[in-house]
Amino acid sequence: MTASLSSMPRLPRIAVLGAGHTGPVIARVALAAGHPVTIAASGSPEKIALITQVLAPGAEPRWAADAVADADVVVLAIPLHKFAAFDPALVADKFVVDTMNYWPPIDGVQQMFDDPRYGSSEIVQRRLAHSTVVKTLNHIGYHELEDDRRPAGSLERRALGVAGDDPGAVKTVAEVIEGIGYAAVQLDSLRAGRLLQPGGPVFGVSLRQTEFEQALAA
Amino acid sequence: MTTAPSDAVRASAAEPTTFPLVLGLDTFGDVTNDDDNRPLSHAQTIRNLVEQGVLADQVGVDFFGIGEHHTDDYPLSAADVVLGAIAARTTRVRLGSAVTVLSSDDPVRVFQRYSTLNAVSGGRAEVILGRGSSIDSFPLFGYDLADYEQLFEEKAQLFAELLKGGPVTWEGKLRAPLHNQDVVPHTESGPFPAWIGVGGNPQSVIRAARYGYSLMLAIIRGSPARFAPFSQLFQQALQQLGQAPRPVGVHSPGHVAATDEQAREEFWPHYREAIRRVARTRGFAVPTKESFLYEIGPRGSLYVGSPETVAQKIAANLTVLGANRFEMKYGMGGLSHEALMTAIELYGTQVIPRVREILS
Repeated sequence: MTASLSSMPRLPRIAVLGAGHTGPVIARVALAAGHPVTIAASGSPEKIALITQVLAPGAEPRWAADAVADADVVVLAIPLHKFAAFDPALVADKFVVDTMNYWPPIDGVQQMFDDPRYGSSEIVQRRLAHSTVVKTLNHIGYHELEDDRRPAGSLERRALGVAGDDPGAVKTVAEVIEGIGYAAVQLDSLRAGRLLQPGGPVFGVSLRQTEFEQALAA
Repeated sequence: MTTAPSDAVRASAAEPTTFPLVLGLDTFGDVTNDDDNRPLSHAQTIRNLVEQGVLADQVGVDFFGIGEHHTDDYPLSAADVVLGAIAARTTRVRLGSAVTVLSSDDPVRVFQRYSTLNAVSGGRAEVILGRGSSIDSFPLFGYDLADYEQLFEEKAQLFAELLKGGPVTWEGKLRAPLHNQDVVPHTESGPFPAWIGVGGNPQSVIRAARYGYSLMLAIIRGSPARFAPFSQLFQQALQQLGQAPRPVGVHSPGHVAATDEQAREEFWPHYREAIRRVARTRGFAVPTKESFLYEIGPRGSLYVGSPETVAQKIAANLTVLGANRFEMKYGMGGLSHEALMTAIELYGTQVIPRVREILS
């Protein structure tokens, strides 16, 4: 799967996996941008029905496999320490947005990710070998994601990096990010996406597009 | 100064829809600095903290909470001992943890310590349970972060059983079972108030409702209004469970001084330094003066200013959030004990009456 979805007549269907801190917020801003959104946690849809109804009204709670089945883009919004138990087959042949961070002071040392040679999303891609991984939304706080949105053309528009090895996937996800209300700055590999990680020049910083590009180039 | 805990703040159990307004203070026991801007010893910081709690009682603060931490700049690892010392010198203020890191503690022991505090204080104890946003206590007590969720889930469930009083039978995966176990000391008049602190995870809100806790929203940055749906989620979850509404509280950082400018100038350098230390270990950006001014403004989550400014912000956000309780986390590493005593006095004598006036 490499073709851009931009030629499609409708906006991509988005499946959000995770109903913790970040999942419902991402579902909400995606809905507001006009995407059809499904949401799933590790258990049955009933368990997240109320959360969805109150925090992301309009999103459809499903079992994870059902949520993913007809999704064009799957957003992985689970804590990193749960990733080791995540079944790669669930998202095979899908565009997968990796919002996770390897953040030892928060999550503790994770053996799978404790390798300075690779970025966390490169390790995620290696494990999700049959999916196409795109790194974004990891470097903005979930508490900012809603308030910091601005319409296209706004001088205040905040930039977010979108990194991946597959140009079609990066383009599709960049369009989603733009539609939500951010300027998407594309990076052409997950390796380059290491610049988006904790400790990097743009992590947790609110920057406009040119400032963001300058910070990455510095 | 009254001589008994006011009825207005005693009630925290389920009651019909409206709950009394409770205005409290929380501290993490940040190490304070002396006149030469050098950090005081842990021991002196703790003795000063007892004085701060006593002053809070004298100036009419409803609740005084101490948050458990285990680091050099926050040496308050045994909050209940400090609360016991404050209890012995006060008669009115309610006393509690803010929060107890339940995941890395033993629920039986937490119950025993706070039930003891409840006895010592004449029924003024409360406990706010949390998972802990910093993880220092996990390696310290030999817990595995991989069990983070399950530890809290099991322990919150067990603690709810212990609160009911009477012999407890309980079984989980991460702690030894209890069979018809009597846990002492017994409380005199039913369960003491217990809260779960939530930092932004809706699953924690549902859990608080399921186990019969009240909800404490920890709002430390960004727009307070974005937490309003959490308050709705909590009450709707209770409704689905067939339970009566329960209180909702808000915990946010702040500092009060005579004028907006004084509060801002006292607080800012220490806030910047404290966040800079956290940012270094956690890999995120240090705050700019611009971001600080945003946070202390109407749309941010810091309550820094004159008594009037802080009172207006508290009143506005309690209304937006459907909450009946506010706890201002005062203090910021490096502020002086004297500045904190002034902030407590202004909070008790000016902010609290003004909030009551605005909301009445």
